[in-house]
Amino acid sequence: MMTDSNIRERILAVIEKNSRIEINELATVLGLTEITVANEIKALEEEGVICGYLTMIDWEKTSIEKVSALIEVRVTPQRGQGFDTIAERIYKYPEVDAVYLISGGYDLLVCIEGKTLKEVSSFVSQKLSTQESVLSTATHFILKKYKDHGIDLNKGLEDGRELITP
Amino acid sequence: MRNPLSDTIVNIKPSGIRKFFDIVADMPDAISLGVGEPDFETPWHIRDEGIYALEKGKTFYTSNSGLKELRAEICNYLDRKIGVKYEPLSEVIITVGGSEAIDIGLRAMLNPGDEVLIPQPSYVSYEPCTILAGGKPVFIPLKEENEFRLTGRELLDAITDKTKVLIMPFPNNPTGAIMDKDDLEEIAKICVEKDLIVMSDEIYSELSYHGEHVSIAAMPGMRERTVLINGFSKAFAMTGWRLGYACGPKEIIEQMTKIHQFAIMCAPTTSQYAAVEALKNGDDDVKMMRESYDQRRRFLMQAFKDMKLQCFEPFGAFYVFPCIKEFGMSSEEFCTRFLMEEKVAVVPGTAFGDSGEGFVRVSYAYSLEKLKLAMGKLNNFITKLRGEK
Repeated sequence: MMTDSNIRERILAVIEKNSRIEINELATVLGLTEITVANEIKALEEEGVICGYLTMIDWEKTSIEKVSALIEVRVTPQRGQGFDTIAERIYKYPEVDAVYLISGGYDLLVCIEGKTLKEVSSFVSQKLSTQESVLSTATHFILKKYKDHGIDLNKGLEDGRELITP
Repeated sequence: MRNPLSDTIVNIKPSGIRKFFDIVADMPDAISLGVGEPDFETPWHIRDEGIYALEKGKTFYTSNSGLKELRAEICNYLDRKIGVKYEPLSEVIITVGGSEAIDIGLRAMLNPGDEVLIPQPSYVSYEPCTILAGGKPVFIPLKEENEFRLTGRELLDAITDKTKVLIMPFPNNPTGAIMDKDDLEEIAKICVEKDLIVMSDEIYSELSYHGEHVSIAAMPGMRERTVLINGFSKAFAMTGWRLGYACGPKEIIEQMTKIHQFAIMCAPTTSQYAAVEALKNGDDDVKMMRESYDQRRRFLMQAFKDMKLQCFEPFGAFYVFPCIKEFGMSSEEFCTRFLMEEKVAVVPGTAFGDSGEGFVRVSYAYSLEKLKLAMGKLNNFITKLRGEK
């Protein structure tokens, strides 16, 4: 007997890797009806479990220049609000890709993407460091991406197998 | 100069797949659905153990039967999976792929003239290995109406007083057929009654999509008359590592070990260390791959249904075996035309025995995108063929 959560897990497992799969195909490969899959996806979207459908792009292979950095941020938590308020003040900036509250030597990890080195540095020096509760920052520029979101960026599509084997 | 060749080997015809391979090899832009191995690379943690073994200088022969640790892990695994207990020191041998186990198993058991029952369609090496071992292959043509299972009636009809060994190739390459517990019980009863030895090739055991795989070795009275063959190629995507094994009665394994000792020495050491890791920590990989194959299997079945191509639903391995009889041509003709006209390679059923006539083997060890593309082309092709009639 397939439970609801089982159906959800199976749908999510497939579309996490392939968000472009058609509903009818998704239904076929999972052995479910189209209506079940469509309803489930709608519910997942409404509940915010599915937050968006993005495209993985290796910008290195395009002519568009991008600079990414990971910034360690130490902050003073505020009474009653902990880290949430300062985190929000930071993540509201559109150039910020991701913000995580981290255990260990610092508090927030801020991932940022800009067009140039200068753009990223000026964000750090003018917008981030000047926040009242920010104690210190350490900026790490990303030099090369090897793997992102589980995808090996250097892997080709070639099939290493012989064409016909018994 | 005198004839340098052995008549026995000269008289064995080369694998039917070879001819087809040569045509495909000249067509670099063809899409192949003709491969009998996983599309996944070996999981990294398993490869890493192989590399580590090399780094640590594990570059020597192992014992003839294989690493003790690996044999012990195999016994744990089989106990866990099929509920049959084997003794690691005397009832297991590690071989160079399942193929070597088939070869030395038959050579260890056959006397001249002994008959070996080979259900077909099935893997290509049972027949030549039987002949090379001095035995006589006797084929049992399996039927689509039985979902290519072996029935008790078919088995009884094929048994003579010379019959010694029955090959049980399930889950089956090329049909994808499996045998359930009820089917196996019937076969097992006959084997006990008629005193047959079974060589059960369960290389696709982890790729069963209809409940857990059941082994004939677990049926009453069968453990002592079954040589169970399995390996790492299909379950753990380790084809290139060439590693398999056989388990069975001590007397048979002992003789198999003798042949292996003189002909092979031992299975590749690096592969054996990697295989220990596969059995210890590979369950999740197997589960992930199985789920992936199952999705593609469902996709193909739906695609055939949509194009009204007859195909029984197979629940094992990574093959589907659609029937192409409606087009009034041989499997080979169908496959050659499909390749020439749509540039998609599938394998004629006849490559796996005469009873494969009228069928083609489609492998789903390919990404869903590739299968989708190929099914589009198959649809074009059969629409055209139906129009020609």
